[in-house]
Amino acid sequence: MPNENAAVSKRLPDSDGNPQQSHFVATEAFASIFEVLQGKGYTVIGPTIDQHAIVYDQVRSLQDLPQGWTDRQGAGEYRLERRDDNALFGYVVGPHSWKHFLFPPAMTVATADKTASGWTFQTPEDDPPKYAFLGVRACELAAMRVQDRVFMAGPYVDPAYHQRRSGALIIAVNCSQAAPTCFCTSMGTGPQCTSGFDLALTELTDGFVIAAATRDGEEILSELKSRPATVEELRQAAAVTQRAAEQVERRLDTTNIRDVLFANLDHPRWDDVAQRCLSCANCTMVCPTCFCSSVQEVSDLSGQHVERQRQWDSCFNFDFSYMNGGVIRDTTRSRYRQWLTHKLASWIDQFGSSGCVGCGRCIAWCPVGIDLTEEVAAIREPTS
Amino acid sequence: MSERPRLGVFKFASCDGCQLALLDAEDQLLQLAGAVRIAYFLEASSRIEPGPYDIALVEGSITTPADAERIQQIRRDAKFLVTIGACATAGGIQALRNWSDTDEFLRAVYARPEYISTLATSTAIADHVRVDFELRGCPINQQQLIEVLQSLLAGRRPRTPTHSICLDCKRRGTVCVMVAAGTPCLGPVTQAGCGAICPAYDRGCYGCYGPAVQANLASLTTHLIAKGEAREKVVYRLRGFNGYSPEFRAESDRLESIEEREG
Amino acid sequence: MSIPASTTPSSSQQVPNPWQAHAVSIRSIQQEIDGVSTYDLAFDNAAADGTYRFSPGQFNMLYLPGAGEIAISVSDDPARSASSCRHTVRTAGNVTRTLGKLQPGDTLGLRGPFGTAWPMADCIGRDVIIVAGGIGLAPLRPAIYTLLRERRCYGRLNLLLGARSPGTLLYRSEFAQWEERGLVVQTTVDQSTPDWTGNVGVVTLLLERLRSFDPTNSVLLCCGPEVMMKFTAVTAQHRGIPPERIWISMERNMQCAVGLCGHCQWGPEFVCKDGPVFRYDRIARWIDVERL
Repeated sequence: MPNENAAVSKRLPDSDGNPQQSHFVATEAFASIFEVLQGKGYTVIGPTIDQHAIVYDQVRSLQDLPQGWTDRQGAGEYRLERRDDNALFGYVVGPHSWKHFLFPPAMTVATADKTASGWTFQTPEDDPPKYAFLGVRACELAAMRVQDRVFMAGPYVDPAYHQRRSGALIIAVNCSQAAPTCFCTSMGTGPQCTSGFDLALTELTDGFVIAAATRDGEEILSELKSRPATVEELRQAAAVTQRAAEQVERRLDTTNIRDVLFANLDHPRWDDVAQRCLSCANCTMVCPTCFCSSVQEVSDLSGQHVERQRQWDSCFNFDFSYMNGGVIRDTTRSRYRQWLTHKLASWIDQFGSSGCVGCGRCIAWCPVGIDLTEEVAAIREPTS
Repeated sequence: MSERPRLGVFKFASCDGCQLALLDAEDQLLQLAGAVRIAYFLEASSRIEPGPYDIALVEGSITTPADAERIQQIRRDAKFLVTIGACATAGGIQALRNWSDTDEFLRAVYARPEYISTLATSTAIADHVRVDFELRGCPINQQQLIEVLQSLLAGRRPRTPTHSICLDCKRRGTVCVMVAAGTPCLGPVTQAGCGAICPAYDRGCYGCYGPAVQANLASLTTHLIAKGEAREKVVYRLRGFNGYSPEFRAESDRLESIEEREG
Repeated sequence: MSIPASTTPSSSQQVPNPWQAHAVSIRSIQQEIDGVSTYDLAFDNAAADGTYRFSPGQFNMLYLPGAGEIAISVSDDPARSASSCRHTVRTAGNVTRTLGKLQPGDTLGLRGPFGTAWPMADCIGRDVIIVAGGIGLAPLRPAIYTLLRERRCYGRLNLLLGARSPGTLLYRSEFAQWEERGLVVQTTVDQSTPDWTGNVGVVTLLLERLRSFDPTNSVLLCCGPEVMMKFTAVTAQHRGIPPERIWISMERNMQCAVGLCGHCQWGPEFVCKDGPVFRYDRIARWIDVERL
């Protein structure tokens, strides 16, 4: 059963290391990317406004994008606001992440049917759409790399993730601004998109500087009305990302973080955060790398047909660590500690990188605004 | 006819909504009727068979001296007693009387209050007899009820989730109303079961399924108050259908005592 | 300038689906002790029949549709048969209760084998001490069979078995045969009964008193309740066995069994794929941490 060929090395950049020449595509010309992608059979998922937020959902035209909108974020707070320009990608990251599409929140992984000769077992045919993800940020590219290692690099490969991931086209966008919740610069994941995409865009006032990193990306770019970017446009594009990088104010000190956290499993700060933590699981649900799931038995009334339904689960759920009539992590303190130490420390042992990409979602979407960077800083404080 | 398990459905102070959830499960109910013998279910049939019952579903709270007696007999007659709904598991909305003067209500509402025989409180079934399984909700979720019955018939312990509403919001892609719109919501401290309906319609959770396991009420209420909701309003928010559940009750009482201390 | 073709595997690439269960039917059920039975499960699928191989210490996921799935270590002789496989199960929860109602001929699902194995190769030329508590002997039985088959390859072999009471000593009927083939079996119980003339007390006492082994050239394999394994490891080190030759078998909530669902994490370890068998020095720092 073990599969040696696991890691998908996603679309290598040009072999001789030269970046493809960047092109400029005016906003009006960019509008045709939807037709181009649809023509190639892609279901385009991108940013759109819904439920007071910029979410990821199917987008069919430029009109679906959050043109002229931005997000204001803080600990436990997110608000949509008007921009004073017409930027299409002038926001940071919202409540959704791409894992919604790569690792669906609920799906049937196996079925069982009772026949005259006993139970038979099947794994259902999985026929997901061919996705094109539009507007993927640098931290989100990093999150995909992290989940690639979780789901595809081990001895066992998750078939659902593998299938969705390998069919997906990635159109990245370089951030033009940062939220107070962002800390990608601490995690070394952004704001510049460097790899893991087919196309990367940088939004200027009247269009996009676009670079293709793969043949698929180049093909799509060739179908848009474009011209080579001017030196001035390239300078402006660089300034956009530079501005975003400078706006990142939040820091997470990752120095020796694995050892620091493991050496502090009895730190009083865990009790302190447990007083505030709701153990509601929101942070794990919005996290673009959290991957825990559980399987539920769903049977028809006759009990002759059973579906094994996999759903997102969370280490914050009380019965997540249930075993032999008892629960191992039976306190919020132990569950918060599990989450934080897994994300920032044991993940490194397991998958060779941090599980945190610095997107800040867990800070913004915690209903009571718990901030992991603050918790880590407190744990680093020597206890008296 | 083979010996099918005998099912009894009993009602106490309640709106009948949870029993309706059972009646509404038409197709499943028909199949269920084949698997169990419905021995006592006044909402569905006037035929009454005496106990014992293999499974007793109990709806409603205890509000009268007669009911307090009757539940004792049902417990004696029942092998496995399941309470269904917020009234039976937490006293229901009528438990709001527990914070008031019942005699005053009687005098205000009834011309001849002496004809009324009532207790001063509305309490959960578990305050009176041992309960084998509690099915939460106002009303209960039909699928969960079917799962409970199916499990019991198969000799399994029923599986109903104990996690917060938030998990279900996220699974269905609902954006957090508290974070994105500042709408107060009990979702983080409420047990799942409804499918996270209210936030999907841009409303905060009302706590219909009662407290989630180890719910951290104090953190949530502190946050709501810090975000500008009056303490008195937070107390009202907690005193809903499950207001008299131990966790919600303790927290609303705590907030009220602060209110009183501070005048 | 050209861009290399996409290196992404096509979606048709053969990726074995870890969720696919094999149909197995119950060949026989043998009650061992109260609440514990051994199920011999035969592969119904011709493709799986005859090809199934496991290593001592590994586990399978047994699936009872509607009730759920549970990790059960294989308690069979790895050399016995490739068309059926024995599992010793204690009735504890929904899944095992449902299993308990089945009869020979009934079918269920099986995925596996999963996880790490006892270090049988490291045992060659060494004394081997097997320490088991209660049903913890089940995952060690395949190791015992393996040791006894090539008895001459190993030094002195000791089994130290603790149980709650004489009636809960697992596989008792096999002890004489094991002794005869060169495994010294010592038992102890927590609670004695009138007819019990053997040892009373925790299993670590047996290890403290054990004489017939060379600590510098021994391997210790241990499975039982966590606290028992912790104290066994401490005692073994006191007796001079180096931590890198002490092995324990851990238990956690294993659901997917392939390291994808997250449930069985224990510090940095996924017990399902990095374990269940761990070398003690690699996990010693975690065993003392509560609620990890």
